[in-house]
Amino acid sequence: MEPRKKILVTGAAGALAKKVIDKLKKDYKIIAVDFRTKVDLGIPVESYKVDFNKRLFEDIFREHQFDGIIHLGRISAQELNRFTRYNANVIGTKKLFDLARKYNVPKTLVLSTYFVYGASAYNPSLLDETTPLKASELTMDLVDSVELENLSTIYLYKHPELNITVLRPCNIAGPGVRNTFSLLLSEKRSPVLWGFSPLMQFIHIDDMRDAICTAFEKNFPGVYNVAPDDYIGFQDAIKAAGSSTIPIPSIPPSLTESISKFLKWKSFPPYLINYFKYPVIIDGSLFAKTFNFRPKKTLSDIFTYYRNLK
Amino acid sequence: MATQKKNIISKIFDDQRIQEYVNVFPNNVGSFGFDAWGFNIKNMKNNMRFTKYLYEEFYKVEAFGLENIPKDGRCLIIPNHSGQLPFDGMLVGYAMITNEKGPRAPKAMVERFLPTVPFIGNWLNSVGAVIGDPINCERMLEREEAIVVFPEGVRGSNKLYKHKYQLQRFGAGFMHLAMKHDAPIIPVGIVGMEETIRSYADIKPLANLLGMPVAPLVIPFIFPSKVYLLFGKPIYFKNDTYKESEINTRVDIVKDAINELLKEGLAKREAYIQEKKQKNK
Repeated sequence: MEPRKKILVTGAAGALAKKVIDKLKKDYKIIAVDFRTKVDLGIPVESYKVDFNKRLFEDIFREHQFDGIIHLGRISAQELNRFTRYNANVIGTKKLFDLARKYNVPKTLVLSTYFVYGASAYNPSLLDETTPLKASELTMDLVDSVELENLSTIYLYKHPELNITVLRPCNIAGPGVRNTFSLLLSEKRSPVLWGFSPLMQFIHIDDMRDAICTAFEKNFPGVYNVAPDDYIGFQDAIKAAGSSTIPIPSIPPSLTESISKFLKWKSFPPYLINYFKYPVIIDGSLFAKTFNFRPKKTLSDIFTYYRNLK
Repeated sequence: MATQKKNIISKIFDDQRIQEYVNVFPNNVGSFGFDAWGFNIKNMKNNMRFTKYLYEEFYKVEAFGLENIPKDGRCLIIPNHSGQLPFDGMLVGYAMITNEKGPRAPKAMVERFLPTVPFIGNWLNSVGAVIGDPINCERMLEREEAIVVFPEGVRGSNKLYKHKYQLQRFGAGFMHLAMKHDAPIIPVGIVGMEETIRSYADIKPLANLLGMPVAPLVIPFIFPSKVYLLFGKPIYFKNDTYKESEINTRVDIVKDAINELLKEGLAKREAYIQEKKQKNK
């Protein structure tokens, strides 16, 4: 019997990584790592708490000959300071790519975010993968996200043997997800900007898990947006999730920023204010066509889940 | 007075007719009634109540040449722009939605600063307005939509009253898009909107202070005015030149067509005014 292929999954403590591991563990031997904690994922999954920038990280590569890496680990802007985050997310990812080269790992999938496009009043709709990434123009807190993408793209073209696939999903939502917009859907009262209800896209965590697993297994390197062809205004989404809204003054912008800084709400961070104002609608057609992917869960399924939580 | 008020309100909220209109036009919306540009069926319906009143009661619009609008497929609707506020676009949209010869819910390209204005930006998106980025226009043409473009922009809508019915400089972007995407151009002459809100000066320092393209000095009153919409025959341009000078010549062909429609509309309006005067004598 042929030994099972080995995959390294980073960010193992996150809800999405747990779902991916759960789906792949039947067919692959999973080695899970996370910078935050050693995650208990059951017997077949080996788990480590590790910092990518420490020499110890290489030991995992020495010990296991990986057949692929699924890089989902990311320190969000709500965790740690900007400097530490940059080191972990950008320098750490470079270390990961270099180790992948050194130990001949044949494919790597990187999870990015639609935030990299930046929320601007002048954004056209249905941004495709060639659209310039303007998030770092808006806030220093998203520089690491944009840099991580740039780094991945450099390695994608300079080292084609790594077979890098970068996925830029829209808002991921559903059980266990703790990103800003999913937190807003789960709260009873959610802040919104007075007079603004930007159009948004949501993908269910189960569909995102399937998108990651499909992209990893089919292996067509490149950069892909992942989003359904369905849309909803932010304030309508909040209402559909059974929450009520707390309108925050939107003009002048400096007042909005001061309120956000003063309140220190995890779900209303100053660096995302523009995302509460202007839409960032991405075109997921390339991913859908390349990987024959169609989300199974509807927007209603997502909002029903949040409504039932209340 | 009370009866008159009741009549107006009942006309605005005539839900059944609006429902009939909304049910007939094809749309590309998702499960919550939104499309990728923020167009929303529910808001469109609510807005139609107001536009219906404007169209039928306030401006008493008469539309001609509706048969010239393709029943389906991509097309660019190119009218003259006037009236300080975007009511001319709303009237063109309403005429197309309620067109018995083939209803369509068009999109309209609008000024880029509008999404930054609270409430207005979202409301405009929800009724079919989209920021005037060529990428948006291309994507919508690829989705076989009908798109209203005002090539004069604010130069037309906010011109001074003394320049009424004089077409201002046309941007050539619409021509590039029509040629590249093989989309017919439907020229439209709008007559009657120039007289509704009259601008006598553009206060440039105030415009700069507010970050707006114009700050017109107007009489703060919307004058009632009989409005004519004249839809011309489709004009087709092959994608066979890249020279800007030749493209500008083609833009002039469209301008000439609109000027002809304006002449026709002004004659109709003049006849209407004379007839009204005769009746009042």
